[in-house]
Amino acid sequence: MQELKKSGLRKLGMGVYDWFEYRLGLGKPAMDAAAHPVPASSASWWYVFGSAATVLFALQIMTGVLLALVYTPSASEAWNSLQFLNDKVALGWFLRALHGWGSDFMVAIVLIHMMQVFMFGAYKFPRELTWIIGVFLLLLTLGMAFTGQVLRFDQDAYWGLGIGASIASRVPLIGAPLVHLMLGAPIIGSATLSRFFTLHVFVIPGILLAGIALHLLMVLRLGINEWPMPGRVVRKSTYEAEYHKLTEKEGIAFVPDGAWKDAIFAAAIVLAVMACAFFFGPFGPTGQPDPTIIQTAPKPDPAFLWIFAVLSLLPASLETPIILIAPVIIIGAMLLLPLVAGEGEKHWARRPLAVLMVTVIAVSLGIFTRLGITTPWSPVMNAWSSDIIPPKLLHEATPLERQGALVFQNKQCRNCHEVAGQGGQRGPDLDSVATRLTEDQMVRQVLQGGGNMPAYGNALSPSQTTALVAFLKTLRGNDLRPAQDASRALGNINPPESTRPGEQIPSGQSHLSKESPASGKP
Amino acid sequence: MSEHESEHLTGDPRPEENKLQSEARPVSNSKNDPKDHSRRVFLFKVSLLINGAVGVVLAVPVLGYLLGPVIQKKNGYHSWITLGNVNDFPEGETRLANYRNPSTTQWDGQTGDIPCWVRRVSGNQFQVFAINCAHLGCPVRWFSESKLFLCPCHGGAYYEDGERAAGPPERGLFEYKYRVAGAKLMINAGEMPTLSTPASSPSANFVPLEKIGCGSCKS
Repeated sequence: MQELKKSGLRKLGMGVYDWFEYRLGLGKPAMDAAAHPVPASSASWWYVFGSAATVLFALQIMTGVLLALVYTPSASEAWNSLQFLNDKVALGWFLRALHGWGSDFMVAIVLIHMMQVFMFGAYKFPRELTWIIGVFLLLLTLGMAFTGQVLRFDQDAYWGLGIGASIASRVPLIGAPLVHLMLGAPIIGSATLSRFFTLHVFVIPGILLAGIALHLLMVLRLGINEWPMPGRVVRKSTYEAEYHKLTEKEGIAFVPDGAWKDAIFAAAIVLAVMACAFFFGPFGPTGQPDPTIIQTAPKPDPAFLWIFAVLSLLPASLETPIILIAPVIIIGAMLLLPLVAGEGEKHWARRPLAVLMVTVIAVSLGIFTRLGITTPWSPVMNAWSSDIIPPKLLHEATPLERQGALVFQNKQCRNCHEVAGQGGQRGPDLDSVATRLTEDQMVRQVLQGGGNMPAYGNALSPSQTTALVAFLKTLRGNDLRPAQDASRALGNINPPESTRPGEQIPSGQSHLSKESPASGKP
Repeated sequence: MSEHESEHLTGDPRPEENKLQSEARPVSNSKNDPKDHSRRVFLFKVSLLINGAVGVVLAVPVLGYLLGPVIQKKNGYHSWITLGNVNDFPEGETRLANYRNPSTTQWDGQTGDIPCWVRRVSGNQFQVFAINCAHLGCPVRWFSESKLFLCPCHGGAYYEDGERAAGPPERGLFEYKYRVAGAKLMINAGEMPTLSTPASSPSANFVPLEKIGCGSCKS
């Protein structure tokens, strides 16, 4: 009886399925695609990043739609609506956190996916176009990250737009129209926010969806890349037959034999995003987007910190050419890679240049990102008023030297110069400045500047300069010998002082040599 | 026919189409001859052409709307704005001042309030600097003790007269044109200054207003 009931239910279910399938006709091709054979070797934990990126994109769409229920894309209200989401909407903070962390994870996973594809030679024939579309997907993902940061309409977003507009203004001939096109108005304001809202919510996600669909279809059509083996060389004439043979010989069904790893990794990633969102919370918003509040140190989101660092380290004369040309070269190289290197070895052991490139790029991105976090080039704006003068520097100091220490502090030297581990890192630390510069050199450096230091001639009176240099002369690190003026030493005019009483007066050019070159050996 | 039925069972998604085709074939001779075909091909090409033309016509307003901010007439953004009383700015000092951008919407909110640095050199001689660093637009801060403007983003530094002192900027601070009208200090502003967009209108008169205004009273 029960058997009968069961089979009746099953029949009903199958009937409903058939009704839809007869009209839609999607089930069979979908099942065929899911169960398509993949090389057993590619059912690996290394092959899970693409699907994880797709899952994260779906998460972003879902959380994005939910945030759009409350978010108000108006310059006067956006910031308030974010605060409202954080504080007043039930679980609004968590949805914001999910979307923010999801974005960081997505950028990271897309980059890892790209690195894996590169290292495994998966961009080679016949998957060149899959890679090229992938490059555009990376750029679109970064576009989402930047426009998303703008929608978090706070101080960082406002000044980030200023940086964007300033970069656009450097394009020759069409700089001004580009700035206006980007801002939508002569200044950063509501028109700008609406533009970025449109890009972030309609334009880029639409292109991303289409691009991902195409990317996936091509993976299905061309087959997943097999695990590379040293010596198994890709040739256009033979590759497809070899791949076909491989999937026939040791092929397994993608679903379920291969896909379980993707599914588990995707679940782990979503769980990780949820954990980060729960424990670390949403990003900002930081201060209000009010340009009259200038006590701010704007910084981009993690994905762009390395660019932030590069922009501050470029020499002024090279900046515009590099800003305009480097992206073209980098993106061009990524797009052309599969066309130039479409054949040959796939295994990393046979591609030392590829390994070197990935290592160098990864290390550079890491270093620049780290610099972007610490921003050693930025003056510490409050160091002069909040950092203490280390007491040991004032020990046994003359009144003049103490006065100099005050000048050092009041004239904001500390904002750029570290002493005893406190202060800015824009300029060199001054713990042992007196061993590097003579008194005259210090006076010149302070008054005239140079080597990326402004001149302080207008900001210092002669007595202040005297006091300041008197203080600087006491900064000799671990009681090292002070710098000497070699020419004066030679002429025996104004002989250098010794550091310890009773010490032999050094007279040479180098404080390492005890003998004067003039009186020395023949 | 039996072939069709077997397709039904396997769930061929387009049975109707197949049926139509197979049924149409025997009677189609009158409607499917090469003449008709070439006529339809021609009409199809005409339809493409018409759609192309409609597309071009449609593109004109679409592009006009999209590029609206770009093709706005020149100097349309700038105008003269009162910054405050001349005596609000002590001689020899540099003070922060705010103004409301001349072209704003209600929903621009706080973003329409723009700060600038006013340096009163002496008497009616001023220098009004844009807040935006000439490097990448971050807000510079004035340090009166060291007489420097410092940028928090990439460490650009400028002297009190706006000249570049150090860091990545390739030029000095952007400067607004100003007028002293009676007891009021006015500047010509309305656009975020960058390397290619000016702080003040290039055609704005740089002659202090007292001279223009007093042209009649002097005579």
